[in-house]
Amino acid sequence: MAVEILMPALSPTMEEGTLAKWLVKEGDQISSGDIIAEIETDKATMEVETVDEGTVGKILIAEGSEGVKVNTPIAIVLAEGEDASAAEAASAAPPPPAAPAAEAAPEPAPAAPAAAAPQPVEVSVPADPDIPAGTEMVSMTVREALRDAMAEEMRTDDAVFVMGEEVAEYQGAYKVTQGLLDEFGDRRVIDTPITEHGFTGIAVGAGFGGLKPVLEFMTFNFAMQAIDHIINSAAKTLYMSGGQMGCPIVFRGPNGAAARVGAQHSQDYSAWYSSVPGLKVVSPYTAADAKGLLKAAIRDPNPVIFLENEILYGRSFDVPKLDDWVVPIGKARIAQEGTDVTIVSFSIGMTYALEAAEKLAAEGISAEVIDLRTLRPMDMATIIASVKKTNRLVTVEEGWPTCGIGAEIAAHVSSEAFDWLDAPVTRVAGKDVPMPYAANLEKLALPHVDEVVAAAKQVLYI
Amino acid sequence: MAARKTRSATKKSDTAFTPEEDLHAYREMLLIRRFEEKAGQMYGMGLIGGFCHLYIGQEAVVVGMQMALNEGDQMITSYRDHGHMLACGMDAKGVMAELTGRQGGYSKGKGGSMHMFSREKHFYGGHGIVGAQVPLGAGLAFANKYQGNNNVSLTFFGEGAANQGQVYEAFNMASIWKLPVIFVIENNGYAMGTAVKRSAAKSEEMYARGAAFGIPGEQVDGMDVRAVKAASDKALAHCRAGNGPYILEMRTYRYRGHSMSGPAKYRSKEEVQKMRQEHDAIEQVKHRMIEAGTATEADLKEIDKEVRAIVTEAAEFAQTDREPDPSELWTDVLVDA
Repeated sequence: MAVEILMPALSPTMEEGTLAKWLVKEGDQISSGDIIAEIETDKATMEVETVDEGTVGKILIAEGSEGVKVNTPIAIVLAEGEDASAAEAASAAPPPPAAPAAEAAPEPAPAAPAAAAPQPVEVSVPADPDIPAGTEMVSMTVREALRDAMAEEMRTDDAVFVMGEEVAEYQGAYKVTQGLLDEFGDRRVIDTPITEHGFTGIAVGAGFGGLKPVLEFMTFNFAMQAIDHIINSAAKTLYMSGGQMGCPIVFRGPNGAAARVGAQHSQDYSAWYSSVPGLKVVSPYTAADAKGLLKAAIRDPNPVIFLENEILYGRSFDVPKLDDWVVPIGKARIAQEGTDVTIVSFSIGMTYALEAAEKLAAEGISAEVIDLRTLRPMDMATIIASVKKTNRLVTVEEGWPTCGIGAEIAAHVSSEAFDWLDAPVTRVAGKDVPMPYAANLEKLALPHVDEVVAAAKQVLYI
Repeated sequence: MAARKTRSATKKSDTAFTPEEDLHAYREMLLIRRFEEKAGQMYGMGLIGGFCHLYIGQEAVVVGMQMALNEGDQMITSYRDHGHMLACGMDAKGVMAELTGRQGGYSKGKGGSMHMFSREKHFYGGHGIVGAQVPLGAGLAFANKYQGNNNVSLTFFGEGAANQGQVYEAFNMASIWKLPVIFVIENNGYAMGTAVKRSAAKSEEMYARGAAFGIPGEQVDGMDVRAVKAASDKALAHCRAGNGPYILEMRTYRYRGHSMSGPAKYRSKEEVQKMRQEHDAIEQVKHRMIEAGTATEADLKEIDKEVRAIVTEAAEFAQTDREPDPSELWTDVLVDA
């Protein structure tokens, strides 16, 4: 049967072009792959190859024609044994069928302009497991809690392994992986060269291959070298594969400012990773949460960013002595109940929040303090419930204010609990500058307890 | 181990194909060629969006390697991936429907030409960032070694990607950890429009790029499917014996442009025509079989017909299948924990 050759689109945006030159004439034999014409667009000159075999029956568009629309028939190819009359018949044939569209999404009703906006945040996760009465509480550091979480998960699942710089023989740059090499050996506790981009790709590939890597970054500052694999390879592949290729992996390490290490070693990445669909982001404050959430992160079938804090590693907290202490991802914790103002924070920001609450209490102001623990998905329900009680909200973080966690919370609260607010949401954050080295300047750059107190008073108009 | 720098360490006698192997290779390569020609045509009709990187000319590389694999060995590559998927045995309908963004595509229409996967066929994508698949492929090999399954990861990348830093990070770790991975450099001469001699130091010896890491490498005539298979047999045996990674530089050629925005001014028509006429992988097998009398023109026509039918069916499915349901927008972001 005679076949029409159509004017091809040679780029996603091409709508028409100039048929610059025919390289065949009527009566020529052509076969698949032959270059038959040249086409010019405003961007380039390109060649047209045929995928058909036969004889050029008729050239429909003369060379030199400008403004030939894409999909216009430009020539007719005759199969073996056909004559030119078939060419006439073919030009009368109907055009190729249009793509069947899926049913159009329902038009958003005028009253609901947010229909195409982000899905409403609905966090329905179980609360913390009940701690049975009489459970012994053990005081331990965040560092020990993190190590115990990894060791416990490695004992129960051979697919879990720890990889990173200095995690094995050196026992961890911050001693978080202390003792793991002795217990699990060098098959499962692996020192890498200093090569973040490469070893992150290898760990993600191992995740695709059926393992459950726990990848330690010496600090998250160095993970910027690897962020392509964290986002493009780990976070997006499940979606790009239509649900086939998940990557169960934990990226963990200290995040944010340490002390006097300068701008390149003192960045908080909470907001960066929290903006990425396909990731979960966890940032605990207490040792109990560090242990329970790290165990949950290792068991999670998704990529989890686990942001620790160097200054908190040595702090001690009570941790329940239970065989399997797991804290669900996605649930905030009310660290202290109160009635006058809500203060929301996470990780080391909690130290400012709690100290401020103490100072406020001394002045007769009752602050409710919420520890987010998980940043993505964020437990907005707990924040909004608290705002409905106190009608005032202050957010606290060490990261930069612009497009930060506090900004995200303020946006949610103003769209979901606007009528409950008695004052604008107020943010306390790190200053909008690279971290300075000088002791006095560094102190100024970080949030301060007095700033939190002042913000609370501001929203209380006192 | 010292790096072996050999241009053709494979003896002629290693490369002979049985008539069945020739026929198999002919059919597989022809399927890729016809599929890609159809994809190019459908792109021209506006049925395929975005980028579309065709594999025409390079067919012998994946087909020869696939013939050497064991069940369970993995393949991972860049965005020029249609040929790899077909060689892995993925269904032409599912691949073509992904190109048109339909629900029956391998990624439900959510990945597109550059992002398809099949755990069942051990194909791990389909990656869009140049060079990123190299450490990922080494990671698959890491998992193989950890699990002790004796499988090998075939990690494909172009000679252009071979200039990315992460490739050498992966070489280093693959070597110190003796990972079972074959790094396959598909050297088609051009990174988009940049000729390899303009972009790579010692461009005639891309196979030697692992020398500093003690990774043996070999240059292979990637237009001769027998040479590809023989070199792959050797590299796979090296990896399975626990000797660590291996590099195969496949000298090949793509007839079409880097993507559908076609061949422009960076190479001459004569160069392309010369490769097609004198080195075409499919024509080589065809002539060999006809000359040896192991297949007749009629036999091969029969295969052509069968292959065309598969491609036609795939193209039809890809045009008539539905677009994904709007609810699919929100699925597959996270696995339910």
